Amino acid sequence: MNKLIPELKKSFVTALWFAFLTFPILVIKVNTVRNSILWRWGNLAAVFVLTMALSYVWRRLLEKRARGERLFDLSGLVPAKLRGIELKSVFAQKKNSRAALAVLLALAVLFPFVAGMYQTNIVTTALMYVILGLGLNIVIGLGGLLQLGYAAFYAVGAYTYGILNTRFGLSFWIALPLGAVLATIFGIILGFPVLRLKGDYLAIVTLGFAEICRIVLENWNDFSSGPSGISQIDRPPFFGIKLSVPQSAIYLYLITLALVVVTVFIVRRLENSRLGRAWEAMREDAVASEAMGVNLTIAKLSAFALGAFWAGMVGVLFAAKTTFINPASFTLMESVLILCIIVLGGMGSTAGVIVGALVIILLPEYLRAFTQYRMLLYGSILVLMMVFRPGGIIRKVRKSYVFKADGQVEGAGHE
Amino acid sequence: MDLNYLLQLFISGMTRGSIYALIALGYTMVYGIVQLINFAHGEIYMIGAFTALIVATVLNMTGMPGIAVFAIAMVVAVVYSAAYGFTMEKIAYKPLRNAPRLSALISAIGMSYFLQNYVLLAQTSDFVSFPRLIPKFRFLEGLGGMLSSTQVIIFLVTAVVMVLLTLLIKFTKIGKAMRATAQDKTMALLVGININQVIAVTFVIGSAMAAVGGVLISSHVGQINFYIGFIAGIKAFVAAVLGGIGSIPGAVLGSFVLGLTESFGTGYISSDYEDVFAFIILVLILIFRPSGLLGKSQKEKI
Repeated sequence: MNKLIPELKKSFVTALWFAFLTFPILVIKVNTVRNSILWRWGNLAAVFVLTMALSYVWRRLLEKRARGERLFDLSGLVPAKLRGIELKSVFAQKKNSRAALAVLLALAVLFPFVAGMYQTNIVTTALMYVILGLGLNIVIGLGGLLQLGYAAFYAVGAYTYGILNTRFGLSFWIALPLGAVLATIFGIILGFPVLRLKGDYLAIVTLGFAEICRIVLENWNDFSSGPSGISQIDRPPFFGIKLSVPQSAIYLYLITLALVVVTVFIVRRLENSRLGRAWEAMREDAVASEAMGVNLTIAKLSAFALGAFWAGMVGVLFAAKTTFINPASFTLMESVLILCIIVLGGMGSTAGVIVGALVIILLPEYLRAFTQYRMLLYGSILVLMMVFRPGGIIRKVRKSYVFKADGQVEGAGHE
Repeated sequence: MDLNYLLQLFISGMTRGSIYALIALGYTMVYGIVQLINFAHGEIYMIGAFTALIVATVLNMTGMPGIAVFAIAMVVAVVYSAAYGFTMEKIAYKPLRNAPRLSALISAIGMSYFLQNYVLLAQTSDFVSFPRLIPKFRFLEGLGGMLSSTQVIIFLVTAVVMVLLTLLIKFTKIGKAMRATAQDKTMALLVGININQVIAVTFVIGSAMAAVGGVLISSHVGQINFYIGFIAGIKAFVAAVLGGIGSIPGAVLGSFVLGLTESFGTGYISSDYEDVFAFIILVLILIFRPSGLLGKSQKEKI
């Protein structure tokens, strides 16, 4: 009882504060044309009750976080038999993890044949963002270079296919590598002037470059047909056969899935390569890594170039999927969205990026039930996620070595 | 070369610059103290403008003189924006004080989405016209309509705000505490500065200035919607980086450079490429001065 009263008091004060805070915007609605006012007192009452409850939950959760406890204890849901087994140790064995991956892949391949066209399309989009996320992860997660202009490379790929296809009838399969290579070249061109910049200065300059690209696309009518964009881009044909719309949705899904697999494979290999380790060293401490013999110029340029490569490829896919592109698809919000994917998923971790992309892209789609509130919810979920799990959904496990008593070294993933 | 035209572009550039400066100061102060790009800062500016719009419309019906309505609306907007800034810091940034910097950035982006959609749902998605509150000043008629009364007010208010801010930071106790915190948080804590309070005050001041900017530019442009904060926020951030983020005189200088570049660029070259000029000047300056116009380049030690 004596704990309840101060709790109630705290909640009450918070609720009062929020009632004050939301008063003008939520309660008064003015019509400047007819000069009339609508008072909506119901909203005030709703805010009061809601914040009173939420403030209690918020404080409990923060307390739990401070004690380092799990926010929601789910162990009661697991059958007693399995409780002793740690999931991590099961999947650490290659045999088990390979089997799990094979099952997962088989399910993913079968998915479009079971689900409808709408589902297939949104999952294709999500898979495209998986590739974009993995690409940007090279630049930000591994290289530690805060890039806010990733959408520009994406645009390079999309416009490569859009323009070459509608004007010269270039096929998808030639455009795919071509778009990727052109984006890579753009990445290197952008990389040179920003070699000296660090942190937020780098972020804002890359942002600036991306905006310049977008505005040029919007205004250079002869080249990109301006804001009206390029339409009637061909969908990829299946060995010369033109597919119907639902068929090509499935076909594109499978192409994207294949590219995801290729990307994951290459990115994993890159991570453990000499270059990948150089990137991580550069992220941790640029000066120290340079002293240890990492060529920063090459490391930075290659991070930009390889990051851009994937964006260019996805750009081609995007153009082929929507058959219509215009500069509005390549705004700053697009770059920010991809950044959200990798931070929410867990920086630097491949599995995290995949989960992050699926959550960020599919969540708004499935939140459509709450149509008008969905962006509001989306914003709050981003904040809550970061407050209660700042490392992302799946944290990166850093490579480390454990020395055993008998002098042997065991390589294992320990945090 | 038409001198009148040149002067007009100059005045319009200075107007833009003043508004950018009011917003950029909030960015740069917050950055200086917590090294956070407060993405939702533009939204605070938008909320200030909306609050002022609501208050002004309500008061206008009582038949109060325009300039009084303007003053009251401005004060209420400043109070509310400051309150929003304070609350935002408590919810979205304070729990992330020790988290990776990018997490705080994403939290700020989430906050920005939230506030935009909050205003969108509670008010409207359309452009609403902002009442003209500032009467025409008689003495400006001699200038042939080159300088509007709103512009005069913008220059005056901006100048007053800057002087007040300088005095606050240079001579008051909290200003000293802010400078100390910006230099070294741990050391400031050791000498007995209440860091949480300093950070809260920084957010309050920054938000209040953004509200001043929001109200001024809205009465200059004459219409607002829920999305104005985004563009203004980006531009102000560009201005802050241009001047060297974390540096207060830098933010002001950067804002005027940006405002004038945009104004002359659109006036003499092409209005389609308005934003391109802003970013080109940014890229050029940062390539030659990687830490901004007045930013200090940091020596790195291992």
